[in-house]
Amino acid sequence: MSKIEYTAVQGKSLAYFALLGGLAFVMLLALLSVWHMEHNGHYVTGMNNQIVWGMPHVFAIFLIVAASGALNVASIASVFRKKIYEPMARLSALLALALLTGGLVVLLLDLGRPDRLIVAMTYYNFKSIFAWNIILYTGFFGFVGAYLWTMMDHNVYKFKPYAGFSAFVWRLTLTTGTGSIFGFLVARSAYDAALMAPMFIIMSFSFGLAIFILVLMASYKWTGMELGDVVVNRLRNLLGIFVASVLYFTAVYHVTNLYATQHHDVERFLLLDGGIFTTVFWIGEILIGGLIPLALIYAPGVKNCRTTLGLICTMIIIGGFSKVYTILIAGQAFPLEIFPGYEVSSSFYDGAINSYTPSLPEILLGLGGIAMSLFIVVFALKVLRFLPVSLADSVADPHAK
Amino acid sequence: MANSHDTSTNTSRRDFLSKAVVAGTITIAPGVLLHTTAQAATGDVSTKAGDESVSSKNRWGMLIDTAKCATGCTDCVDACNKENGLVSHGRPKSDTQYIRKVTLKDKSTGHESSLPLMCQHCETAPCVDVCPTGASFVREDGIALVDKHICIGCRYCMMACPYKARSFVHEEVENQTLTAPRGKGTVESCTMCVTRVDNGGIPACVEACTAENHNAMIFGDLNNPNSTISVALKEQGGKQLRPDLKLNTGVRYQGL
Amino acid sequence: MTRFLRLIYVLIGLTLLSTSAIAETPFPTIHEPSDESKKCIHPEDEMRRNHMNYILHERDETMREGIRNEPASLANCINCHVEPNAQGEIAGIDSDEHFCNACHQYASVQIDCFQCHADRPQKYINRSKHSSSIQQQLQQTLAADTSNKGVNQ
Repeated sequence: MSKIEYTAVQGKSLAYFALLGGLAFVMLLALLSVWHMEHNGHYVTGMNNQIVWGMPHVFAIFLIVAASGALNVASIASVFRKKIYEPMARLSALLALALLTGGLVVLLLDLGRPDRLIVAMTYYNFKSIFAWNIILYTGFFGFVGAYLWTMMDHNVYKFKPYAGFSAFVWRLTLTTGTGSIFGFLVARSAYDAALMAPMFIIMSFSFGLAIFILVLMASYKWTGMELGDVVVNRLRNLLGIFVASVLYFTAVYHVTNLYATQHHDVERFLLLDGGIFTTVFWIGEILIGGLIPLALIYAPGVKNCRTTLGLICTMIIIGGFSKVYTILIAGQAFPLEIFPGYEVSSSFYDGAINSYTPSLPEILLGLGGIAMSLFIVVFALKVLRFLPVSLADSVADPHAK
Repeated sequence: MANSHDTSTNTSRRDFLSKAVVAGTITIAPGVLLHTTAQAATGDVSTKAGDESVSSKNRWGMLIDTAKCATGCTDCVDACNKENGLVSHGRPKSDTQYIRKVTLKDKSTGHESSLPLMCQHCETAPCVDVCPTGASFVREDGIALVDKHICIGCRYCMMACPYKARSFVHEEVENQTLTAPRGKGTVESCTMCVTRVDNGGIPACVEACTAENHNAMIFGDLNNPNSTISVALKEQGGKQLRPDLKLNTGVRYQGL
Repeated sequence: MTRFLRLIYVLIGLTLLSTSAIAETPFPTIHEPSDESKKCIHPEDEMRRNHMNYILHERDETMREGIRNEPASLANCINCHVEPNAQGEIAGIDSDEHFCNACHQYASVQIDCFQCHADRPQKYINRSKHSSSIQQQLQQTLAADTSNKGVNQ
């Protein structure tokens, strides 16, 4: 194997600082939103006692799930020994860390008492999957950080296979944990399914890779370095498999529910009568996030078209948000069945389909998380050598397996 | 007996069907009333000393007779709001409610009934299982509480509660009562008026319901076979809500 | 390097300035209960230094074990030390005259208790805290309008 040469981006151009500045501005808006929400209390958001997790959670969970998936490329290289992915492993690990940071910051800043972070770190209820997630997230930073270190420092290079394998196992566990946050909720009709955990893993593969491809293409386009079709098409084919798998899991989830009579009401709500949620499901999740990208990935006419691939990845990200939105918000909008067989009404919205209108601060907070992730990536690319000097076809070597 | 009950609840029970059910329940009622008036029965209130820890010898619970609970009556709710200093901010979707009146209509028979719904004080409470910091906890004597000192406001317990019993404090709170501390950014729910219980009293809602002579709510020790609540449960039965979840709730209902 | 040193000087100067500002604030006295038969559970010096340990320890015993006659309880502190002044006004926790706030301001220690706990004895609760009367009126108006009959004091 020829030695791969890495480089840092120069980062002296106006465009580079404009990019950093733009991202910083979005982060500033997010901070102002947080101040607004925490100062007044959550009544200024779209959240309430019916929809207790809102837009910030959609962003946070999307980012956390994508973080684990962004590590894909590195894992395929070091765990499954596919050499073609090897040069991109550093970027893959960096992106994973950055996305997780962004997601966790959003999650934290939406707490009722974000000032009690220290409490969250010191009091643990080990029966809570949420508490386990705190450990899993912290561990992810440790394992992926160590992995990155073994990739970038020759003194510890020999430990790379172990570090890579640990990071791989850990990230599967992490996404299992994230999925289980919903899977363990026995009371809610739309959750309470063991399928949530594997579905979240496959979602992470798809969302994470889509973001990775976008970041990779942008990095090489803006630095003027060469990115060959061999690498890109390999990633594109992989993405196709992941998108199809997400569709498959979605289908299994709904078909299983449809089989059980007790779940007919919630399925009718999600798939037919749910108004905005049904629209988001069919148009956002299935069409934009699934069928159209799938068709475009395997369409012969646009095989080497980077613009199309960018569009595909963007659609998968939009579809991913739609999917998390329908899982999260629609799952809460459907009323709890406390009294089966009764029509229920009360001043506390029992038995009523709950509505949710996201407020601007919530959306800004979420966007701030994305901006933060990207800021970290853009900044890190300048400081350390993450990018291979070339990913041209001759370097990538299509025959290496 | 039936007359005095009906006048005290001043509600319109329109359909014959519900009247028939009420009448049917009234014939059983004297037994319950007898116990309720005889407050001296052991196990009806806590007798622990002030410096004594609560223990699993007791399991505090409530029994609610939906047949005696009139649609539109909110005496228990009003008492609870007063006791705990709950005020509306004109934002019903985010205003805190510890206890609420739920109107039920049987889909197959059309029978309407009404009941108060609050934290069911589960023995194996989902809110306790999911709470990352351990702020949600169930006391030895079965009362589920939130430790607001370590609640970080993540609201996972609200996602997990099968009874929608919890509220998140969406704004700054002023004029808290001395016995019911509550503040912005934490989650809260019915405490079964824990300070009253510890001092040998009964929850405000039960007190109000009894004082207004509705007698639809009984409070007492589920572990004490001689308590009014245990006797009533033994004689007339009582159901848990969502029994399929096997949470062993401390609040039971009759007439569902 | 000289720039760095200059920065250090400025910082030291600022620190001195701020400490001299603190020195001008009088050492807060603690309001003694008008009922002289009420004695604090510990001498004043001890309470000034260690009150938080007492109430923290017994907070958990009260909340988790239901022990309600703890001598060191926040409610007991408040019941003795918070009383109306000569004009009959109660100082809320935001006021310099509230005995907790006076000390905590002096010591620059943030105080968290009263975000949830009552800052005055029960008999003075429901009188409006200073500066909140307008908001309360608004709340009452809103409460009257709301269709939500369930929550209303």
